[in-house]
Amino acid sequence: MTALVEAKSVSRHYRMPRNHLLRAPEMLTAVDSASFTLNRGETLGVVGESGSGKSTLARMVMAFEAPDSGEIRFDGTDIHALGASDLRRMRQRFQMIFQDPFGSLDPRRKIGWSIAEPLRVTQSEAPSHKTAEALEQVGLRAADADKYPHEFSGGQRQRIAIARAIVTRPDLIVADEAVSALDVSVQAQILNLLMDLQDELGLAMLFISHDLAVVASICDQLLVMQHGKTLEYGAATQILNAPAHPYTKSLLTAAGA
Amino acid sequence: MKRLPVNLLIGAALVLLVIGAAALSLIWTPHDYTEMNIRGKFGPPSELHWLGTDQLGRDVVSQLMAAARNSMAVALAAVLIGGSIGTALGLLASAIGGWVEDLVMRIADIGFAFPALLFAIMLAAVFGPSLTNAILAISFINIPVFARVARASANQIWTREYVTAAQAAGLTRAAISRDHILPNIAAPIIVQATIEFAVAILAEAALSYLGLGAQPPAPSWGRMLSEAQTLMYLAPQLAIYPGLCIVTAVLGFGLLGDGLRDVTDPRLVRER
Repeated sequence: MTALVEAKSVSRHYRMPRNHLLRAPEMLTAVDSASFTLNRGETLGVVGESGSGKSTLARMVMAFEAPDSGEIRFDGTDIHALGASDLRRMRQRFQMIFQDPFGSLDPRRKIGWSIAEPLRVTQSEAPSHKTAEALEQVGLRAADADKYPHEFSGGQRQRIAIARAIVTRPDLIVADEAVSALDVSVQAQILNLLMDLQDELGLAMLFISHDLAVVASICDQLLVMQHGKTLEYGAATQILNAPAHPYTKSLLTAAGA
Repeated sequence: MKRLPVNLLIGAALVLLVIGAAALSLIWTPHDYTEMNIRGKFGPPSELHWLGTDQLGRDVVSQLMAAARNSMAVALAAVLIGGSIGTALGLLASAIGGWVEDLVMRIADIGFAFPALLFAIMLAAVFGPSLTNAILAISFINIPVFARVARASANQIWTREYVTAAQAAGLTRAAISRDHILPNIAAPIIVQATIEFAVAILAEAALSYLGLGAQPPAPSWGRMLSEAQTLMYLAPQLAIYPGLCIVTAVLGFGLLGDGLRDVTDPRLVRER
């Protein structure tokens, strides 16, 4: 069986703003030859402080930007080699959850409309029972579809964002700091929900976080990043029990483990 | 209940007054505004002629009302045409980005720098003076204004996570512009349209004053003003009335636009 997501020495550089007229602008290496393999139904946690390149890695897995070198294969297909319309169709199979539950839903659209948005890409008339089903799967009521985002709390909005992510029955969900903006008690609820959905739907997850404590509870594998470089990559239990790199140890201490 | 800003209320009242007069003139004016009565020229205000009569004995109130209708029609057409094209260009520039965005915005800068009246005079010289050419000229000067506002607002919306979510869902940039960007930039566009309405009224009056807008016998505040100019010492009220109308309309739409901006500006109302 092929891995669901396979990243092979993926690198991404950004050009810094030019600060001297005659000198070439400096390059910032956001991600430096990162590699990982994610199997179906498993969770890979990517941990690092802000600026470590973990979000850039997520954006490349989501095909929002292309790596400068290396490749990312989704179910055997190099997603960055796909044409625009093939990629759009492929997007049904990998969805994303964002950090800010207040920013990830269009304030002018009813949430039922927002949840059905990925469905409308491939079918002109999105069946309303799928929206209702997705809402119930995340612990909300089908009748909530007719409400606007401002009528919900942060945790509820994150559930709505999850409903939108699972409505196309994807194989992969990329969660970029998906619980960082939530209260600790709500964090636990959302993490539990994600784990339940993972069991129910066989989802693979790429879980991006700066908080090792959050990641530790749900991940099978861990990838620790700093300044774009991969410090450690392996089974979560092994890294958590015997961190090889001092940076990982400091993260563990910070997480209170 | 939050209190509405004073400028919004005053502006709305003035705008209602002007629009009311214009709308009423469609079905009723005290007299036919073209009806002349040389013997009754320069008549003082009376029960029959509320603001008196002009140099040809025409009823001033009726002319002002019909001119209001004309002015509103020109401004509406110009803002709608210029606003639609400008907004579409701004959305396009923002959605595509890169050199396309630069190109559209630089062209808008050039259009912005081009004096509107000069352009109208050029149009009139080439195609002859007419109301249609006045509308086209005013529409044209509105395009870069709306392109700028739409592009700046759209660029902000493009950075929102719900737009990224729509991209993750597989929507094209055109579909995102239609489904998310346009509805979320509607407020600043409407505010700008209201302000540009005032500018358009002033531009129409200026063009008609120069004889490049409404042609006789179509009534226009600008033309009434220019006709009254030679009679300033004989009958100053004939210049004052259309002048007051222009001021009322321009001030009304200007205040309404400012007031709407105060109400909708997220920097002023961050109360969630």
